[in-house]
Amino acid sequence: MQVLIPTPLLSYTGKTWVEAEGGTLDAVLADLDRRYPGIRFRMIDEQEQMRPHIRFFVNNEQVFDLARSLRPDDRLMIVQALSGG
Amino acid sequence: MAGHTAKTDRRTKKTTRARRSPAARAAHRVLLMVATRKGAWLFHGDGARRNFRADGPHFLGHTIHHVVLDPRDRRTLLATARTGHLGPVIFRSTDLGRSWKEAAKPPAFAKVAEGEKDRAVDHTFWLTPGRPQEPGLWYAGTSPQGLFRSLDGGISWEPFSYINDDPQFRAWMGTVQDGTPDGPKLHSIIVDPRDANHLYFGMSGGAVHESTDGGRTFRTLIKGLEVVEGFDRANPMFHDPHCIRLCPSNPDRLYQQNHCGIYRLDRPGDEWLRIGKSMPKRVGDIGFPLVVHPRDADTVWVFPMDGSTVWPRTSPEGRPAAYLTRNGGRSWQRLDAGLPKGQAWWTVKRQAMAADGHDPVGLYFGNTGGELWASRDEGRRWNCIARHLPEIYAVETAER
Repeated sequence: MQVLIPTPLLSYTGKTWVEAEGGTLDAVLADLDRRYPGIRFRMIDEQEQMRPHIRFFVNNEQVFDLARSLRPDDRLMIVQALSGG
Repeated sequence: MAGHTAKTDRRTKKTTRARRSPAARAAHRVLLMVATRKGAWLFHGDGARRNFRADGPHFLGHTIHHVVLDPRDRRTLLATARTGHLGPVIFRSTDLGRSWKEAAKPPAFAKVAEGEKDRAVDHTFWLTPGRPQEPGLWYAGTSPQGLFRSLDGGISWEPFSYINDDPQFRAWMGTVQDGTPDGPKLHSIIVDPRDANHLYFGMSGGAVHESTDGGRTFRTLIKGLEVVEGFDRANPMFHDPHCIRLCPSNPDRLYQQNHCGIYRLDRPGDEWLRIGKSMPKRVGDIGFPLVVHPRDADTVWVFPMDGSTVWPRTSPEGRPAAYLTRNGGRSWQRLDAGLPKGQAWWTVKRQAMAADGHDPVGLYFGNTGGELWASRDEGRRWNCIARHLPEIYAVETAER
């Protein structure tokens, strides 16, 4: 599936849209980490929680559950919601 | 910073130790590692320590809490980074900052059982390399407070000791609402140069702790320390060490700048002596950084801060100065030549002041206003060597 990478994570992928595979959001993030080591920990903490201000959208719908099922033709967008001073 | 070099006689294969000549010492150039709220810089000094070449920014826009050169190979740099809202990482360079690679496994707490209150590392605050006899060994302190260790030169990190998950330590550590404004810190991790199993660390808040068995057990070192009026000084939770230093020339002597004053501890004793009482009353003995002389355990520098009323965290009266004792804290001398004479409302954070190993000792500090200051004569005269940097969090020195 196509995954949109936010600018703070482009140092890992080198490009805005990348390919990743998996039947759930968690599996897609694990595949991303295999392709781009370290990228998952920047988004998901050691307690398996999405880090604050990191947002995931599947086909423009915000997803909060790492176990959410995904289809190969879904489109995942990762967004860093900038805030603060 | 060592004043000795090892020489090997090829005929006898015997290793002897020879004192470096002053000229040889002077040939070692000082490297300053400056960590800021918006990136890291390296400043390469010339042989005379008069001019420093800026190399940076590294990691522009990342919050860098600490950059440390591995004293065992003098090539490997570790830098702790937090990036916007992304998770914290440690970057590693084996070519003195020309290229960096992310640690494969940065410090992270153990996963908690379902229903327990979870914790995630917000940032790694402190780095301490192991002794020369233990290459690859590093310790790290984090916020929220945690103690971590790497055995492979900073590539992968694991929780160290039992304290991260110990209910008693967890109570002393408090929550993210307690302690330092941007999160409680585990800091001042010290390895006794004579004994790898003898460790100290400080928690802001949560007191000073010591292990003599390599971290299997720790005991609290709070005897003689004061706490904020009205609180129970017997409770480690109420103790807030800001910076603890061990004297390399006498590892039985420790100094501490804490929330309530400046202290000295001479081992095997376990009672801290408040040496800050001899500071001028209008300046007081509150502050964050404390620097020990590399060769004289009676000589210490501090940089006082206004800790009155609402804790402005500025230079007292807007007049910054370092203070020096050469007699273990019996008396103090103000060192402000070259520094602003007034209306300078910055201060110096706990990791942002350091000494080199030259003779006379060079001192360096970075301030909250993004200025980097240096003295080539043990603080008698200060010169600003960089301005307009982001807020400076840490300054470390190394000699190459």
